[in-house]
Order: sequence, then structure tokens, then C-alpha cells
Amino acid sequence: MPVSLSPEEIIETIRMVDVQNLDIRTITMGISLRDCVDSDLKRLSQRIYNKIVRLAHNLVQVGEELSRDYGIPIINKRISVTPISLVAEGCEAEDFVPLAETLEKAAVEVGVNFIGGFSALVHKGLTQGDAKLISSIPRALALTERVCSSVNVATTKAGINMDAVMRMGEVIKETAELTADRDGLGCAKLVVFCNAPEDNPFMAGAFHGVGEPECTINIGVSGPGVVLDTVRRFQGADFGTLSTAIKHTAFKVTRMGELIGRRASEKLGVPFGIVDLSLAPTPAIGDSVADILEAMGLERCGTHGTTAALALLNDAVKKGGAMASSYVGGLSGAFIPVSEDAGMVAALEAGALTIDKLEAMTCVCSVGLDMIALPGDTPAETIAAIIADEAAIGMINRKTTATRLIPVPGKKVGDKVEFGGLLGRSTIMAVHQFKAAGFARRGGRIPAPIQALNN
Amino acid sequence: MLGKDRVGIIAGIATVLAEANINILDISQTILQEFFVMIAVVDIGQATIDLAELQQRLDEKGKELGLKVTAQHEDIFRFMHRI
Repeated sequence: MPVSLSPEEIIETIRMVDVQNLDIRTITMGISLRDCVDSDLKRLSQRIYNKIVRLAHNLVQVGEELSRDYGIPIINKRISVTPISLVAEGCEAEDFVPLAETLEKAAVEVGVNFIGGFSALVHKGLTQGDAKLISSIPRALALTERVCSSVNVATTKAGINMDAVMRMGEVIKETAELTADRDGLGCAKLVVFCNAPEDNPFMAGAFHGVGEPECTINIGVSGPGVVLDTVRRFQGADFGTLSTAIKHTAFKVTRMGELIGRRASEKLGVPFGIVDLSLAPTPAIGDSVADILEAMGLERCGTHGTTAALALLNDAVKKGGAMASSYVGGLSGAFIPVSEDAGMVAALEAGALTIDKLEAMTCVCSVGLDMIALPGDTPAETIAAIIADEAAIGMINRKTTATRLIPVPGKKVGDKVEFGGLLGRSTIMAVHQFKAAGFARRGGRIPAPIQALNN
Repeated sequence: MLGKDRVGIIAGIATVLAEANINILDISQTILQEFFVMIAVVDIGQATIDLAELQQRLDEKGKELGLKVTAQHEDIFRFMHRI
């Protein structure tokens, strides 16, 4: 029996998809590689390849079928795997780049556009495997296209591993240099985390955490365009009314993710993990988080009031999403990747948006300093200090923060840079010129904060 | 179906559906935001084509009739608007 729906409800849904760019941003299959462990690099590579291909061979096909069956675009099909530093810990090889090439080969074979998990969790210190993995990152990202890497350098429980933070400053610089011919594109596939989530379906920071099952399906839903439309329809409404309207919209968007997630899980015979409702902007016009903030009454994103606007948005999205799905997880909030958001880039070019304001915004939204193109001559120590600031925000506020910084070789403040596709384009953003080297190179750990002592 | 009202809309769309062995369960029409809107609930359980093919055929017929035709699975609406 068909459910009785009003014409308004039907039109609303159709408008969301047709006009407001609503889509399922990603179906991400999480795969545990813990059983692939082997001391021999060749055997380890073969086992990793075989397992990914065995479990994910029909992921893309199922995604396309669901998209056809339900008339909803499913943009990306992706894979996250157990952090490779753990899988390769017992491997005798010194260089883990061949494992990144194995991941790339498997991604090409099954047809996914990104595979995440060339990762290490080093918030309290590095094992030998972690050190090898981190040293392999620059070449791994230069030699592959689809492999994404992430390193967790801090948690609320452990504090900030400042040795790892400084090391990541160097790794980011090295990655940029090795991909200088592509404007440092390698860095767009490298995330440095504090409190990294284990079930995040979004790239570049996705990996399959150690507490995760053998295989799982996580869904990333997006929809800045839908929320923008809602905010525009409530011009002049007070904040309570606006927040409620965003919650209702977030609820509806998440329900669609829940539906697709359940169906994907059934079709693939893999347990359903979580729905991550994140407002993930794309360079498409109208698919912008900055536009939402401006629609709330700000002349430009980045001006005074932006942090409060973002706080309201992020909270309303979470509240609406939390009620809509049986399992909400990942990051679930608003992303503010600068180059991927045309409104953010426009605000930057107008002089309204600075790195300091972005840092403040990360205190109240879901991730961090994301897809920011910096001058090529930014020292590794300055990058490390930016990472440390961001990690401190995450650590103290018990939230995930991250950085995805791209020091573009040869480019200066105000120069343009084009990353292509969903990664977008940007203008180089200024950083502070006063040095932080003495701080960044001090070494050791920033102890876990008092917030960690909650037992 | 969204567009300007004219003769033959129902006949045109119904032909596309009948050719694919799709039964119309319910049909309604209304004026919404100055547009003619027709909503049909159809059963594709016995259809000879999949939703993607149906969308393509409806799109072609829609262009002929000066309409925008969207076909979407009922579950999408049900999940979004009903708990």
C-alpha cells in the first residue's frame, strides 16, 4: 500500500535532489586488514590486495544499483582499511611505499576513487612500524593517486605528541615538494588528527579503526545546498526558529542516508556501521557552507559573528541528524574545507577570512583547518605549530580536530592554485611570519589535560 | 510532473507507463507555486524495465510535452517524511 504523502512533501524531496545538490556523498566500506599480517612484504601485499578485492569487488556496482533504484545520486564509493602501520608492524621491510602501491592497485581494481588508511596512531609515541609508515608518507602520496593518509598525533586522553607534530610538519613539507609539479597535491590526501574517529567515511581522513568489525558500511550524507535553501526561506526569523528549521532539514537528509545505508548493507551482506551527516561542501555554486553562514546575515564569511553562526549551524545539524538514524557517527557536523567551498574562497579573496578566524571556527565545527593552501616557503616548524594549536583545541574540548595544509611550492600569498575536481581551487592564505621554531622543536609530549581525568 | 498544463499530459505519461507494464495506483494534480503539478504513484513490481530506464523514457516524453518529469522510489519519500 502506498504511503499517503502530500504534494508539498513530494515536491520538497524532489527539489532537494534536483535543485539543491542533495546526494549521498559517499558509501565507504571499512575493511579490517588485521588478518593479513605477514613478515614478508610480498606476501603481506598479496594478502592485503586479495582481501580488499574479495570484499569490495561489487561495492561500486551496488552503489550504482542503489543510485538507479532510488533515483538518488551516490557520488563516491570508497574504502577505508586498518591503519597500515598496525598491519605492517611485523613486516621486515624498511619502506612501506610498496604497500601504498598495493592499496592503489586494489582501489583501481574495484573502481573506488579513494582508499584511506595509510595511517598511524601515534598520540603517545611511535613504534617502529609507525616511524616507517610516517617516513613513507611523502613518497606514497607522490606515487599514488587514490591512497589517503592520516596520522593521529593527539587525544584528550593522551595529550599531544609534539615529536610527532614536528615530524608531521616536515612530512607535509616533503610531500608538497615531491608533488610540486601538481601544486603540492599530495598534501590534499594527508590529514593530521587529534581524537581521530574510527568510523569516519569521509576522505582524506577515513581509516578502519581497531575497534571496528571485520567489514562494515558507513555512509556520508551531505547537503549544504538544502540547508542553504532552508536558511534563505527563514530570513528574518529569530535564532530558535532558524535552528529548528535546520534541524528538520538535517533530519530529512539523514533519513535518506539511513535508507541507503541499510539497503547497501543488505545488498553487500555487510553490517551497517553509521551515518555521518556532515555538511560537506563542493566547489559547485550553492553547495557551500560559507553561503549558509552569509545567508544568516553576515556580509562575508569570516567577519565577526561567523563563529556563532557556525556553532548554531553545527549544533542544529547534529541534533536533527541524531534523531534520524539508529547509528550516527563519524564526524557529523559542518566541514569548512577552504578550497572545496567556493564561498570560503570568495571570502578569503575579499580579505574577510583569515587563518586565525578559521582556527576559531574549528572550535565549534566538526573538523579543522582543512584544505588551506599556504605559501610554499612556510617553514616546517610553523606548520607544526599550526597543527599543535589545532590539536590543542581538540584535546581540551574533547572533539576531533584535524589539519589538511598544503604549502604550495613556489607560490606566495595571493597566488592562485588549482587542485582540480572536488578538491577545488584557492588563493594562497597568509600565515603569521613570527617564528614558532623554538616551541615546535622543544620535543616530548604536552601532557593529557585535566579533562582526561574523568574516571 | 511539473510544467504548464496542456492536452495529452496524462495520456502521454500513461502510455510510457503502460508500455513498460507499470500500473498506476493513484494520480492527483494540483497547482503549486504557479506550476501545474501532477503526482502519480505507480507500481513497478511487474515492470519490464528498471527505474533508470523508466526515468530516461519519462524524461524524453516530458521534453515532448514541455514537462519536467521526475521518477523516484517511494521509499525515499517514506523515509524522509514518515517515521
